[in-house]
Amino acid sequence: MALTLGFHIVLACMGVAFPAITLIANYRGIKKGDPEALELARRWSKAMAVLFAVGAVTGTVLSFEMGLLWPRFMERFGDVFGFLFAIEGIFFFLEAIFIAIYIYGWNRLSPWAHFWTGVPLVVCGLGGAASVVAVNSWMNEPAGFTLAADGSVADVRPWEVMFNPATAYEVPHMILAAYMVAGFMVASVYAVGMLRGRRDRLHKLGFLIPFTVAAIATPIQLFVGDTAARAIAKDQTVKFASMEYVEKTGTHQPEYLGGVYVDGEVRGAIKIPDLDSFLVDFSADTNVIGWESVPADERPPSPTLLHLAFDTMVGIGSALMLLAVWFAVVWWRRRDLPRTDWFLRAAALGGVATIVALECGWIVTEVGRQPWIVHEVMRTEDAVTTADGIWFSLAAVVVLYTLIGIGAVLALRALSRRWREQGVEAVDVPYGPPPAEGGGDSA
Amino acid sequence: MSEADIAAAVLWIGVSAYAVLGGADFGAGLWDLVAGGAERGARARDLMDRAITPVWEANHTWLIFNLVVLWTAFPEAFGAIMTTLFVPLMLAALGIVLRGSGFAFRHVARRLEHRRLLGATFAFSSLLTPFFMGTAAGAIAAGEVEAGGGGEQFGSWTGTTPLLVGALFVAGSAFIAAVFLVRDARRAGDEVLAGYFRRRALASGALTGALAAAGLVVLHSDARFVYDGLTSEALPLVVLSGVCGLATLVLLIRDTPRFTRPLAVGAFVAVIWGWGAAQYPYLLPTSLKIDQAAAASETLVALLIVFVAAVLLVVPSLALLFSLHQRALLGEGSERDEP
Repeated sequence: MALTLGFHIVLACMGVAFPAITLIANYRGIKKGDPEALELARRWSKAMAVLFAVGAVTGTVLSFEMGLLWPRFMERFGDVFGFLFAIEGIFFFLEAIFIAIYIYGWNRLSPWAHFWTGVPLVVCGLGGAASVVAVNSWMNEPAGFTLAADGSVADVRPWEVMFNPATAYEVPHMILAAYMVAGFMVASVYAVGMLRGRRDRLHKLGFLIPFTVAAIATPIQLFVGDTAARAIAKDQTVKFASMEYVEKTGTHQPEYLGGVYVDGEVRGAIKIPDLDSFLVDFSADTNVIGWESVPADERPPSPTLLHLAFDTMVGIGSALMLLAVWFAVVWWRRRDLPRTDWFLRAAALGGVATIVALECGWIVTEVGRQPWIVHEVMRTEDAVTTADGIWFSLAAVVVLYTLIGIGAVLALRALSRRWREQGVEAVDVPYGPPPAEGGGDSA
Repeated sequence: MSEADIAAAVLWIGVSAYAVLGGADFGAGLWDLVAGGAERGARARDLMDRAITPVWEANHTWLIFNLVVLWTAFPEAFGAIMTTLFVPLMLAALGIVLRGSGFAFRHVARRLEHRRLLGATFAFSSLLTPFFMGTAAGAIAAGEVEAGGGGEQFGSWTGTTPLLVGALFVAGSAFIAAVFLVRDARRAGDEVLAGYFRRRALASGALTGALAAAGLVVLHSDARFVYDGLTSEALPLVVLSGVCGLATLVLLIRDTPRFTRPLAVGAFVAVIWGWGAAQYPYLLPTSLKIDQAAAASETLVALLIVFVAAVLLVVPSLALLFSLHQRALLGEGSERDEP
């Protein structure tokens, strides 16, 4: 499950944010009569088609897995959060419909009609992401239902489920993450292309559009992420304690950068006195609750994993912020990219880095909640299936997803190679004349 | 009608839509599987490809819809089904993954051997998925899934009824796909292909009818409750389904395929609602009733509101997609047309 989710989350990010990036290129192409921008939009929509297909199947499998792996969880709480998935279902449905129209409508719909069929994709991406992440935030901070004496669920209040306390920061955090991942990923592909000497206008534009989107999302993300961490310190104390190596409750907690936790002590970290307390509530006197506040079997495994995942995520986010600032300053002064290749090299790394940060963030929120599947309500071990063959199916899933991952990369590379062979002169006008008016035009 | 009954009806609408649209989709994959070598089957494959490319993802969304409705409205039944039928459902899920990615990657691959491998993956999983879904449905009808779940891992879906229903799903998918493709071929002005799929529609239609009849006999001994339902309250629907199916075949033989598509869809939908009516008021015959399995009423109301919103939003969009598709306004970009 973790693996499928970890795989799907990357595709989902592309599904959420890639359409917006494509439409920006599409808009520019029509509005300014810019053939390169249109060509980019057309290419991206092809890549989107491949990613969406794989995202759709992995998403379908996830909904199966929910039941196959966590039957007791679904049985008990399916009626609490299920309708959120129903809402997500609508968005996904609309997405599947309009992505088909958008992808296959290039040559035969009028330019603006075609552009507008892409707009629902952006809206559905946001809506779908919001409803799914609301489920995750509900697992972190369950609300909107009452537990009867026998442990069964009573009195479900859908609004409170949807807008549970964690929704307010998890949803924007995830959506911004999606825009960062998609933006930096796409930009990194073109950065590599430019480093290899393909410095035509197509590559420059293909870099600029997604990179600008991601560069705008980054500072907002740092702010939202900071808010999220503070909220977690307040509401999910044990998760926060493990993220920050807070053993005992108390004031004047130091902040550790890096380091591993072995045999009851932190080793190899840079220790900054009082900073953790200060970050939680802007005062060194802030009381931070340590993990010793709960019995050992209610703590997440391996604080080291959590801490390093958290530090990696924050570190990458900050590094990308510097990159975005560098770009912004140079652009503001010269209306051009920074001249040095080091900028492109950094941007090329940025794509992979966002994915690492994404997965780290996911580790923090999921592993940090353990041993609970629903925070302080249901344990993961009570939710898991009793069916045999779990390990076998896990192994099968690993093999299968590796193959699909390779397949997706190969498919995208095949597309890119084809585009390259076509060369720039083959950049045709995507909105060719419709067949009726085109006369003898066979393309 | 209680809220739970309405929720069950919503589920059945979703199941019907998936059976018809998803079925046609799987069926096209099945015909791909038996279309012969790369040279010989090229034309038939091309038609099938054009028929399903823009719509297959939307068609499969119905499956997600059904799963979501089931776990939200009937969490207890969901848990029971998922624990008992772990194996066939896992295999069906595997089929879905292989199918979708095989299909998507095949579009991009250019080397013949790659296309062949990916195409075979796509086509073979088009066989696996409906079969295992059928065995799961058959197991439910046969009362193998009991409330509380945790039934036998293999015995539950390897009885005569589940296996027969699995075969029925495969044959039915092939039939409905062939009926749709006759029409598509004719619209494309390809009379040879229309004849090709007409013969296949007839063969698979006859097979589907035979399997359905055999199914009734097997149900008589295996799943008495459902059999009794099918031959009493649900009898009109069973008859309707049979009449629609036969009419489809007759029209195909006379080569006047005007109403074949709605009739074939009618045969499908009638038998699905017949099944539902036959096991009413049970969701899992004969251990879990719809009312018992239903979620809290606030949840059902929330779900129904979402469903109404879905109908208002999704139906017009789907209509737009299908009409654009039928008017041939959706097609591959110029890349495929280039030499």
